[in-house]
Amino acid sequence: MAQETRPKPVSIAYVRTAPPAQVAPPMTAHGPLRWIKENLFSSWFNGLLTLLVIALLLWIVPPLLRFLVIDAVWSGADRTACLPSQEHPEVGACWAFVREWFSFFIYGPYPVDERWRVDLFFVLLAFGTGWMLWLNAPRRDLGALFFFVALPILTVLLLRGFPLLGLPIVDTTKWGGLFVTLIVAAVGIVVSLPIGVLLALGRRSDMPAVKLVSTLFIEFVRGVPLITVLFMASVMLPLFVPPALSPDKLVRALIGIALFSSAYMAEVVRAGLQSIPKGQYEAAQALGLGYWRTLALVVLPQALTVTIPNIVNSFIALFKDTTLVFIVGIFDFLRTIEIARIDPRWATPVTSFTGYAFAALFYFVACHLMSRYARGIERRRSAAERR
Amino acid sequence: MDEAVENSRSTDALAASDAVEIIGLHKWFGDFHVLVDINLRVARGERIVICGPSGSGKSTLIRCVNALETYQRGEVIVDGVLLTHDLKRVDEIRREVGMVFQQFNLFPHLTVMENCTLAPIHVRKMPRKEAEAVAMHYLTRVRIPEQAQKYPAQLSGGQQQRVAIARALCMNPKIMMFDEPTSSLDPEMVKEVLDTMVALALDGMTMLVVTHEMGFARQVADRVVFMDEGQIIEINEPEAFFSAPQHERTRAFLGQILAR
Repeated sequence: MAQETRPKPVSIAYVRTAPPAQVAPPMTAHGPLRWIKENLFSSWFNGLLTLLVIALLLWIVPPLLRFLVIDAVWSGADRTACLPSQEHPEVGACWAFVREWFSFFIYGPYPVDERWRVDLFFVLLAFGTGWMLWLNAPRRDLGALFFFVALPILTVLLLRGFPLLGLPIVDTTKWGGLFVTLIVAAVGIVVSLPIGVLLALGRRSDMPAVKLVSTLFIEFVRGVPLITVLFMASVMLPLFVPPALSPDKLVRALIGIALFSSAYMAEVVRAGLQSIPKGQYEAAQALGLGYWRTLALVVLPQALTVTIPNIVNSFIALFKDTTLVFIVGIFDFLRTIEIARIDPRWATPVTSFTGYAFAALFYFVACHLMSRYARGIERRRSAAERR
Repeated sequence: MDEAVENSRSTDALAASDAVEIIGLHKWFGDFHVLVDINLRVARGERIVICGPSGSGKSTLIRCVNALETYQRGEVIVDGVLLTHDLKRVDEIRREVGMVFQQFNLFPHLTVMENCTLAPIHVRKMPRKEAEAVAMHYLTRVRIPEQAQKYPAQLSGGQQQRVAIARALCMNPKIMMFDEPTSSLDPEMVKEVLDTMVALALDGMTMLVVTHEMGFARQVADRVVFMDEGQIIEINEPEAFFSAPQHERTRAFLGQILAR
């Protein structure tokens, strides 16, 4: 009875007899107008945001451009060039000042006749860094040997001097400027990664003593400001070693920076280690790879890859933190600008702004390059995973 | 332990000894008694299938054989070597015991080929060329030589598990252990993995297999071990095990699993 009241289904079973035709994807309209509508004004809120951003750009960019480029003074012998005058009522950045002091920014008080040594150091550093950063470069093992062993030795011999080879000693008190900033940053970056990895492993170790020491170190160093660490390295280190062996002021600052960045790196690496599933350790162990080989061949390559963005983030922070070494009397790049900007020969209302703008530009370019490189690596990685 | 027995274990005369000998094994996870007085001998060339409800301790048992788990009482003797906490010995044993996991556990940052050659090169100190030839041999045996240069993520689950089998075989192990090798595979991929395992069994490999695939047990097992609540309830040849299970818990388990 119930059956008769129900409408009969057209078909219950279905079997395809012919394959469906493959159809090209539907054509969507292209063109800039379409893009603008879809991305900038898709809703009233999005449209409002777009207008706000445009207003903000209009407010910031033109004055900045006028100061840095349009009203800027590009050449001149002294402060008079950068003072407001009849022809130039509005004076922008005084690039003439930067031009005159430029070599001081690069070399600091390093003796003029010996500056070729710093130039050679720049070339060697660029060569080594390029070899390391170019992932498809030939013989990267040799490159690593050059970068981590030969380059530090060459740098010390070259910059500090080696009388036997006719290179007079240049004391580190005469070092300064950009190349000191690069040395401090490079040492911090190169030393912090391996020590950070060891500390991270130590903190996850099964051995209570190793774990305790690593944890104490990391928590202590992370718990105090960099300035404190620098002061401690600078003031307290000489108390522990005999005066004859007391390290150079720059070396003490380098040790402080390296310790500080290692503690941060340890936490970054630890996060990466935690992201590796237990099965990876087990599979490696089941194959008979011991603890160190499991780490070196299976765990660390994966852990470091996932932490690349965070590692580079730490490097960028470290690069900017190197400016703090001026507090223990190191003449870094920013310090040279601090000295130059109070030069009475260039005393104008815009000199300080110009000096700081130049410093900002330098740090921005350096950090931006680092972050671009990291993005490139990430893209490469995700491409490799999709392959 | 008897000194004579200890000595004889290190001699070649014992090459004919059991592949795995488990004597009075107990294990606790905290207060929980996971393995209760396990006694099991696996002869060379013997295929043993271990089954039982989940949480019965099957996986824990085979993980004790290659020291992925520690145990608190009893003895595990693998290939004539007593398993102790000595790390050197542990690695020695792990080299001879291949293991295949439920989750494959391939190394995602390495190609299939590199997965297979990693341990032979770094543990067995085999030259790269030779290791690659060995890897190709086993990849061919599991019928995926053409995938050698791909990364694990590009393969299907069944293919990944076959790579995992090839990776273990590349170490030329004396014993192969499988921990629910088909449990995380889509149904249509189970067969390709089981076929690989059957082929391996026909070659005379000593195998310890934890699985719910009763068809596989019937086909290749020399003995079937049924575990429940950390104990071995019943051991029998497959014919007798399936047609006339002795213990009432075995019957209940088989009733459930075969009804599916």
